Amino acid sequence: MLSKKQLLTRGMFDISPHMLSVIPFGIICGAIGVELGFNPYLVYAMSFIIFGGASQIVFLQLLSGGASSLVAVASVGIINSRHLLYGAVLSEYLEKLSFIKKLLISYIVVDQGFAESNKFFKKNRNEEYLHYHLIGTGCTLWVCWQIATLSGIILGSFVPEELGLKFAIPLTFIAIVVQDLKKLDHVIVMITCGLSSLLFFDAPFKSYIIISPLIALFVAALLMKLKK
Amino acid sequence: MTLTSIIFAGILTYLTRMTMIALISRHMLGDKIKAVLEYVPSAVFPAIIFPGIFINDFGTFIEINDPKIYGALVAIIVGYFSKNIIATILAGLISYWFLIFIVFS
Repeated sequence: MLSKKQLLTRGMFDISPHMLSVIPFGIICGAIGVELGFNPYLVYAMSFIIFGGASQIVFLQLLSGGASSLVAVASVGIINSRHLLYGAVLSEYLEKLSFIKKLLISYIVVDQGFAESNKFFKKNRNEEYLHYHLIGTGCTLWVCWQIATLSGIILGSFVPEELGLKFAIPLTFIAIVVQDLKKLDHVIVMITCGLSSLLFFDAPFKSYIIISPLIALFVAALLMKLKK
Repeated sequence: MTLTSIIFAGILTYLTRMTMIALISRHMLGDKIKAVLEYVPSAVFPAIIFPGIFINDFGTFIEINDPKIYGALVAIIVGYFSKNIIATILAGLISYWFLIFIVFS
């Protein structure tokens, strides 16, 4: 049995490699907001209140492009609706927590933290304080995201644009799923999702980000039926 | 952009995070759904990966010889064999930089 502290540190350790992409992305995100002419305090408020990388950039871009705030808010909601799927997966491991703790821990569930903690949970189902791993990944991401977006806001885009560091985002997610390429069913699900995301990329409100996972999960369900 | 719109976006985002964790209990989901949920990472992350590689900043498809495609392939190969996140990201970035700064410049 691992102690709370061990689990917390393990979570922080497991998430740390992803800072390679999260920090540059945060700086870019903060800098874009200021470059588009928004109030720096509001740009930072997004990192605290919304706390969701890609959705923050879309929010800024839509508003600066003249979209109504209703459209911008709806888009943020749709982009982030993928968290519903993360929550459904995590709920099994967080079941024993009190309602208040569930409410609090929900705030720090983000893509990479979900991915790394979920991998850890699957291998260590029987640990009593599993959620401390999620707190470790989530809080590390939170702190780094706040610092990174703040530095982008204050210092501007001091990361040279020619480096194309936005490319680190797909790379970080490749690192997350690459080991599942060993399993044919997962490969089929991934390709379904990827191709659907390109096909539906122009769907309104950036809804490709939830449409394609749903199509991929449908295919996953079909595959499971075939396997039986 | 107003603080109000940010707060609404924040509340919506929080609801997407909280609903399934705090309001739905696990036994409300059937066994079949639980089994399908095993595929969530594989079913969600490619929707971030593919557009990040194949679609450029202007929302159009990249050329077939775009350096990002090669960078991603290198990252997949290095990631598959090294099982190391830092190695995966760096391999992708460095091969991408090698192409844009040395080969294609």
